[in-house]
Amino acid sequence: MPKREEVYAKVAESLADALGVEQDEISEGSRLTTDLGAESIDFLDIVFRLEKAFNIKVPRGDLFPENLLNNAEYVKAGRMTEAGLSKLREKMPHADLAKFEKDPRVGQIADLFTVGMIVNYVINKLNAGQSQG
Amino acid sequence: MRWLMVDRFTELVRGKYACAIRNVTLGEDHVHDHFPGFPTWPRSLMIEGLAQTGGVLVGYSRGFRDMVILAKVERMSFYDLVVPGDQMTFRAELEELRDEGAKIRGEITVGDKKVAEGSILYAHVNPKEAPAEAVENFVFNGNFLSLLGIQKRDLERWEASEGGAS
Repeated sequence: MPKREEVYAKVAESLADALGVEQDEISEGSRLTTDLGAESIDFLDIVFRLEKAFNIKVPRGDLFPENLLNNAEYVKAGRMTEAGLSKLREKMPHADLAKFEKDPRVGQIADLFTVGMIVNYVINKLNAGQSQG
Repeated sequence: MRWLMVDRFTELVRGKYACAIRNVTLGEDHVHDHFPGFPTWPRSLMIEGLAQTGGVLVGYSRGFRDMVILAKVERMSFYDLVVPGDQMTFRAELEELRDEGAKIRGEITVGDKKVAEGSILYAHVNPKEAPAEAVENFVFNGNFLSLLGIQKRDLERWEASEGGAS
């Protein structure tokens, strides 16, 4: 069972390299775009670095879901529908959706992508890998 | 100014690496601005040459299905100036290749001297989703290989000698 502190340390190092920030600027609650200045291409860079750092495979859309905001079934009038929230829960079991679910404005969705979310994802991946032997 | 920072590919191995050269001459206008009386090859154009080398490698490795766009210069270090009369050799090695994008690690040498190295990220854009003008003006597709005089027999020879990935 991977230790959260160890996973966090490697995630923080990967993010610091990818985003050009100091590690002491990063915490579990840091939001990738709002706090750390990440842009869309950085998300791909982050995926590459996580795969290398943890020897895992991150399939497309697994860590950062795609095609949610451009689906009319999931978004109406700038807010995520119940169907969209259901899809989000399914796609992002590693994210804390509690705050977003109370006010599901799509403009706030980027706040879901936090360092802690990535740590959760990696731990789930490592546990799944270990359970497969 | 033509935005062609590579004169010739000397090796192009699908899925692995590419090498290309660029000759630097006093005949190019911009070296006289950079700097007046002391012409040097701009480092921004060194990056572009490496990016073009890597971009063609990435595109070629995926059959030029997508437009390959320079998205991020992850890091770049420079060790020496490049001046007219030099011949730069770019070597790009493929580190990552996915549907969304790719990453290369590269170095630039002049003779035996390493003058720069770094890594570059690319994004893949589906031509069907890009503006028509962007697709039309996109130089770094399969036709680029013809421009650089690369023949099919060259590609086969390079791949055979290096056991390139299919």
